[in-house]
Amino acid sequence: MHIPDGYLSPSTSVVMYAAMAPVWGMAVKKVKETLKSRQVPLLALAAAFSFVIMMFNVPIPGGTTGHAVGGTLAAIVLGPWAACIAVSIALIIQALIFGDGGIWAIGANCFNMAFVLPFLGYAVYRAISANGRSRVLGSVVGSYVGLNAAAFCAAVEFGIQPALFHTAAGAPLYCPYGLAQAIPAMMFAHLTVAGPIEAVITGIVVYYLQRSAEESLFYNATA
Amino acid sequence: MPVYRKLWFWIVVLIILSPLGLLAQGTAWGEWGTDELKEMLGMVPQGLAKLAETWHAVLPDYSVPGLDKTFAQQAVGYIISAVVGITVIVILSYFIGRALAKGEHE
Repeated sequence: MHIPDGYLSPSTSVVMYAAMAPVWGMAVKKVKETLKSRQVPLLALAAAFSFVIMMFNVPIPGGTTGHAVGGTLAAIVLGPWAACIAVSIALIIQALIFGDGGIWAIGANCFNMAFVLPFLGYAVYRAISANGRSRVLGSVVGSYVGLNAAAFCAAVEFGIQPALFHTAAGAPLYCPYGLAQAIPAMMFAHLTVAGPIEAVITGIVVYYLQRSAEESLFYNATA
Repeated sequence: MPVYRKLWFWIVVLIILSPLGLLAQGTAWGEWGTDELKEMLGMVPQGLAKLAETWHAVLPDYSVPGLDKTFAQQAVGYIISAVVGITVIVILSYFIGRALAKGEHE
């Protein structure tokens, strides 16, 4: 769901950057307060993992492809604010070096995958795995929900373009598909394929980390 | 922390396996290039055509320019891209993390 340059109008892009700026600012502030030196390699690991997992494209029925993001996993390990920074780093590098995601669209892509995804995913994970209930279950459900919420946001950002930005003759200037196409297409891909993959990958990693008895690798808001 | 080394091992495994991600044909929804849009719609939206030229990445779509004729070449290019990307990310994350983290500093 990396939005390329050209699919969002400049005004939409600016709005999304403006929406993301305070999130980044707060993330820097929060991470300064909570990130310990010995966790810095984890930040790099989370960003690296997110980056590489996004290279595994999977086919979606209908002819498109999708991929996992690993943003909820980053939040489970580092907390949502540090996860925001880790995923943002991956997304920005993807845009700058590989053209995966536009430059104008960095605000929007980070809003979807580095903010909505890890925060909602983490909230659902906490809700489920509180009271000592299964962390793996929480991570599976949380990451599924987070990824689909991010996909929905992207679908809306895509889908409002034709109605808002068109020529006098009605031809779309940016994304040519409206909400009626964008939402079903994005949600189908992520509810049926990308979401389960994200959930399985997240669950496997959390299971593996938990089995290694590495409690210190799990972000604990009360710690 | 020894567990970090194990985790980096798995990152390396993923890098080596990454060309599997090349097997899936098709473009993600909403990520079509201008050529594909021309084929799909018979036209390219004006604003899109202009903005699509904003940035020319050095390793476009995780390929090494010129090293993309056969699948084998693309796979090599994909792995090179993964290594470049992760190297840059690690360096950047490390410096950002160092700047933000509190605790024992050398």
